[in-house]
Amino acid sequence: MAELLQFAFSGLTVGAVYALVALGFTLIYNASDVINFAQGEFVMLGGLVTVFLLAAGLPLPVAALLAVVASTLVGLALYRFAIEPARGANAVTLIMITIGASIFLRGAAQVIFDKRYHSLPPLFGDTPIRFGGAAILPQSLVVLAGALVIVVLLWAFVDRTLFGKAVLATAANKLAARLVGIDTRLTVGFSFAISAAIGAIAGILVTPITLTSYNIGTLLALKGFAAAMLGGIGSAVGAVLGGLLLGLLEALSAGYLSSEFKDAVAFIVILAVLFVRPQGLLGRARVERV
Amino acid sequence: MIPCSFFPAKRVAAVAVVLAVLGAPSIALAQIKIGSSLSVTGPASFLGDPEKKTLEMYVDEINKKGGIDGQKVELIVYDDGGNPNAARTFATRLVEEDKVAAVVGGTTTGTTMAMIPVFEEAQIPFISLAGGIPIIEPVKKWVFKTAQTDKMACEKIFADLKKRNLTTIALISGTEAFGKSMRDQCVKIAAASGITIAHEETYGPGDTDVTPQLTNIKGKAGVQAVVNTGFGQGPAIVTRNYRQLAIPLPLYQSHGVASKQYIQLAADSADGVRLPAPALLVADKLPDGDPQKPVVTSYAKTYQDNTKQEVSAFGGYAYDGLMILVEAAKRAKSADPAKLRDEIEKTKGFMGTGGVVNMSPTDHMGLGQAAFRMLDIKNGDWVLVPESGS
Repeated sequence: MAELLQFAFSGLTVGAVYALVALGFTLIYNASDVINFAQGEFVMLGGLVTVFLLAAGLPLPVAALLAVVASTLVGLALYRFAIEPARGANAVTLIMITIGASIFLRGAAQVIFDKRYHSLPPLFGDTPIRFGGAAILPQSLVVLAGALVIVVLLWAFVDRTLFGKAVLATAANKLAARLVGIDTRLTVGFSFAISAAIGAIAGILVTPITLTSYNIGTLLALKGFAAAMLGGIGSAVGAVLGGLLLGLLEALSAGYLSSEFKDAVAFIVILAVLFVRPQGLLGRARVERV
Repeated sequence: MIPCSFFPAKRVAAVAVVLAVLGAPSIALAQIKIGSSLSVTGPASFLGDPEKKTLEMYVDEINKKGGIDGQKVELIVYDDGGNPNAARTFATRLVEEDKVAAVVGGTTTGTTMAMIPVFEEAQIPFISLAGGIPIIEPVKKWVFKTAQTDKMACEKIFADLKKRNLTTIALISGTEAFGKSMRDQCVKIAAASGITIAHEETYGPGDTDVTPQLTNIKGKAGVQAVVNTGFGQGPAIVTRNYRQLAIPLPLYQSHGVASKQYIQLAADSADGVRLPAPALLVADKLPDGDPQKPVVTSYAKTYQDNTKQEVSAFGGYAYDGLMILVEAAKRAKSADPAKLRDEIEKTKGFMGTGGVVNMSPTDHMGLGQAAFRMLDIKNGDWVLVPESGS
């Protein structure tokens, strides 16, 4: 029983990271139909910028805030200089652009920062909380709480504010949205900025547990994408649910089957979702617009 | 791609003028040309970069002191970027265009293996700086190496375990090249060393949490110690999760984490971890009577003064390779590749940064078990484990 509980703790910790990445996917997808594969790079930027500002002598809260701002600017730049000039291109082309952007960001981080791994001090120390024979780090709870806060804020924003509705409308039909007076460039650009900020916050929260380096983004983007698919792409609650589920599946398969199979789980999940329930657990079946 | 010659431009120009005036056919007799292909850039740059700096530094110093028996040393270094194909091309160039007398280099096992056929065929002695066992087993006539192998690290760990009467262990290894290769060596020699591996787990190079694997190890009855083979951030995650689960068994790491960076990443969790490491890392902590102390402190000081960087084991391998060759050249009194080779093979009692080297026709590495020291991590620093105690 203690074993199962430990696997669950481990799964929830890793799952919360996937959930935060999946949330970033969700927002951009909702606004622009683009799967942004540079989402993992925002997580990397958030962590690394904080690490280097902290090393430069800034206090942690300031360093973290500046890291979020910097990542947000990178998100905006990604939209302004890579996605926007290609407007009108189909979704596949845009997705390829984001893959290119992710490679560029990784290379730039390698040059600007370094190739080593870095860590941050955890918020509430690193004495694990013991419960029923299992142990969880306080920072894991921080990550889970962070994911919860972000998803609530996001839901409130999309469902309760006019600007949020404008983002939704842009996603549903760009031309119609423009006709009713919505500045679609603003809404899409905004969704890139917010996604980047969410990614950066995720990076800052998870670095004390997972460590960070210039190349962590690729795997995170892949796992986050699998999580978003599992939960139903476009659904914020689905993204969180998918992330936690994927984390749990990985931990259980590493614990009960073999650690060799762990990374295969994400791919199996993508395939299973595509075959059995393409809209995901909570996603609405999308009608192809003609 | 440009060869880094160690003749300052002025001197080369001066030599050229002298040559032109005297019309001398060649001054090659007064020189020993040493070639090298290192992975100065690319994924193995943290190995190749200190190696290159070390070779340059010491060749400069040798020439300032008048060279080897009056013969100047010319060093030609190429950067293969860790790519075995490029390494092979440079090896051919070293043989055919540069006509070197001997080669010190080959940063990774991959680049080394790609160059071996070239130097074997050209009959030029080749001292590799990489760790892989296939380089010297089976013995190749013209190939030598200086770096300790992962098999020796396993032997060192197992000997320490035996001394503490911990004979049943669990092994957790990274699936990257280093972790996997060392795991294979450890499994191979376990039975002969009197160690039983009761349980095995692995983790991927990008894994951020290994508590499930460690939970399984924790629940395994009879395990007395845990050994982790791996490189990079993986061992730091293992160490953190190990403490998180409060596993009461001793934790052994490999020489793959023998750097201050590991201690930084694992932070307090690293306290109490034991690992084998080259003496170079603890140069200042070696007892005064230690026969290796003079050479490692002198190398560490020279390297740090010249580069302002922290010393690493890898530059030490390059120092050992170069000095073994220089000693051989002094004994051979010639720059003839075949004579150099014979003298390298006769190296006896050479005190290098990696340990005492005693080469023989059947052993082209010549390092004994003393090459590694056992270290404990205490309060964020290395502490030398006395060889007699446990």
